[in-house]
Amino acid sequence: MASERTIPTLQREKIIEYLAEGKRFDGRAPEQYRDLKVEMGVSKNAESSVKVSLGKTEVLVGVKLGLAVPYPDSPDEGTFMVSAEMHPMASNHFEMGRPGINAIELSRVTDRGIRESGLIDVKKLCIEEGEKVWQVFVDIVALNDDGNMFDAASLGAIIALGNAKMPIYNKKEDKIDFELTKDSLPLNKEVLSFSMTFHKVGDKIVADVSDEEEVISDFRLTVAMGDNKGEPRITAMQKGKEGVITDEDMETILNLATETWKEMFPKVREHVFGK
Amino acid sequence: MNKDERQIVVPGETIVSGNEFLPGEGVYRDGNEVVSERLGISNVSDKHVRVIPISGAYYPRRGNTIIGTIVDITFNGWLIDFGGAQNAFLPVAEVPRYINRNELREYLDFGESVVVKVWDVKSRGVDASMKMRGFGKIEGGMIMNVSPNKVPRIIGKEGSMVKMIKGATGCNITVGQNGKVWISGDSIDKEIATRQIVEFIVENSTIHGLTEKVETYIKGLGLKMGSVEIVEEDTDVESAPEGVPSEEGKDKNEGDKK
Amino acid sequence: MAGKGVYTKRNDGRKFDEVREMSAKVGIVDSADGSASFNTGHTKAIAVVRGPRTLHPQHMQNPRKGILRVNYGMMPFSVTDRIRPGPNRRSEEISKVTEWALNSVVDLSEFPNTVVDVFIQIPQADAGTRVAGINAAAIALAHAGIPMKEMVSAIGVGKIDKTLVVDLDKYEDSDFHDAEGSTDIPVAITSRTKNISLLQLDGKISVSEFKDCVKNAKVACEEILKVQMEALKNVNGESN
Repeated sequence: MASERTIPTLQREKIIEYLAEGKRFDGRAPEQYRDLKVEMGVSKNAESSVKVSLGKTEVLVGVKLGLAVPYPDSPDEGTFMVSAEMHPMASNHFEMGRPGINAIELSRVTDRGIRESGLIDVKKLCIEEGEKVWQVFVDIVALNDDGNMFDAASLGAIIALGNAKMPIYNKKEDKIDFELTKDSLPLNKEVLSFSMTFHKVGDKIVADVSDEEEVISDFRLTVAMGDNKGEPRITAMQKGKEGVITDEDMETILNLATETWKEMFPKVREHVFGK
Repeated sequence: MNKDERQIVVPGETIVSGNEFLPGEGVYRDGNEVVSERLGISNVSDKHVRVIPISGAYYPRRGNTIIGTIVDITFNGWLIDFGGAQNAFLPVAEVPRYINRNELREYLDFGESVVVKVWDVKSRGVDASMKMRGFGKIEGGMIMNVSPNKVPRIIGKEGSMVKMIKGATGCNITVGQNGKVWISGDSIDKEIATRQIVEFIVENSTIHGLTEKVETYIKGLGLKMGSVEIVEEDTDVESAPEGVPSEEGKDKNEGDKK
Repeated sequence: MAGKGVYTKRNDGRKFDEVREMSAKVGIVDSADGSASFNTGHTKAIAVVRGPRTLHPQHMQNPRKGILRVNYGMMPFSVTDRIRPGPNRRSEEISKVTEWALNSVVDLSEFPNTVVDVFIQIPQADAGTRVAGINAAAIALAHAGIPMKEMVSAIGVGKIDKTLVVDLDKYEDSDFHDAEGSTDIPVAITSRTKNISLLQLDGKISVSEFKDCVKNAKVACEEILKVQMEALKNVNGESN
């Protein structure tokens, strides 16, 4: 597996040379995503679980519900938390120990994308104001990293949320009966947004990077977009890595994001909410 | 045991019984039985028993040709990452011309790639040499990573498979025993085609009649076969003879071209 | 093993010496040196092997042979009550006993100063997670081409009230509390030498009952070994 120190110079030069001709090693165009595969129900103890693959990049995401005391400043709102494990089983890049900055950044960016868009109707997660609320956990586990974990993880998170079913709050015994109802999580469907991550590799803006492209890129920009009456609307952004974004880069990325959104959003929405 | 049978054996599995058998690579003797120590294909010939691995990481052997990248420079040589557990060390004495201690970086810089021969394997790592003909710095092109166990199929018997690919695509190809394949051609499309052919071989490495299937695949890509002699393929998977770089080793750039 | 005591019929209808339905697959994590899944009933385990590779820090290296390092963990959503991500004491203990179990069969003498990392993760748990993990890990190690004198297979055996059983599920392991309760004994058996490389016990059991349990474990492990070997022999049908 590639790592910062050991991408050979000739490889870096070749990737950039190819991109200048609009080509990539795996035959894709620079703006092209790999095949998206979604497998539901991979973990039956979860309120929902999904395996998402983008090419060879694979993640598992599970949603679990718990009970909590609400925060004092929002006594009638449920809570939710996204956590990601970039486990070293998925790549030679990842290390054991506390979550590294990659896992933390990924969980926080995915979390904000969901939180700020208001996808989860947290007021409907209130059981008893000031006393008891539902807690939604979204746990992302990396299985195989072949680039662009960000997008695989965020897709997994929203698909898992969209397919989750509520368990029952057993008021008498003050616990959860994990027999699932047919009720979905309270979600505001119309605010659904999903992330697309673009990297600057050489002179080109590239979508859905492979492992090697990801290592040599100058910067990455994750753009989350939702639906505003048929037109895409930006709901979150995150820039990573050291390179700088020129105006031209930004223009290219926004155009690319818009086009990609138009093509992918209907399919993504179908995975999240069904037909 | 029928030599044509491809028997996959697992660790702990008995391959043959009898004291007349001699345990070789990947097997051990347990009383009367010769037992596999690895997942692989068992091979019994002339009472010699061995197991040829079909998966797993690359273990350097003396005489192997490997492709790697310079990751560090010391006062007397270069450290090469070739995908093994340890880096290989290329001493300044083992390159074709005399290099002054101040010139090391100029000769081979961080990130540059080389084809070297494994000279010695020690517990602390591998010693490499670049002195012989056919070894040296490689420039341009790209490096593909394949499972090291597929390398014999990519090279083919007496280099016939790699010759066939070169004949059809016109690309230079060097295959390292460590599973790194260097491809360099005069057009992007030819290089991509070469990659696809190598990938095809890797995915179909265990089937019989691979050579014909590869020929069909090459033609399917719209390429013409070059004038190359195809050596009849043995169904018994053998490792490439030790220490023989690919046929194409002679064609690529040599050490001190800059 | 006719039922005596209160547990006269198994919760899921199995025979007392019957192992749950098993399946195994090789090569499930493309970038790893070796990988496998092993499922027993509703328990799923994934094992990933990376190595031999350089071990940092250097002072942990062994100049005589490679080191095996096992890290076991359960995915947060693998059980009914979510598990907080990150290491905990239970997973650290299981990592260690698993490491010992696997170390008894691997031969890392050819790889001094290196480490072979074995990662075991449980995506779905219904008891028997550590033994499913060992079963997956053994396959993954072989897939990674690590030299092993023999395979190792593991199963949970035990006693429910007065009845000896094989392959306890979650109900039997955690939820059965009647009469004499349940005794859970995870065991790992080496494939050629038939020795015990992992053993833990929780409960109340007589010496002769314990010996019978070990016999039962050995019989069950033959079945498990078959599943492991078949997965390995089908490796060419998988990725890589």
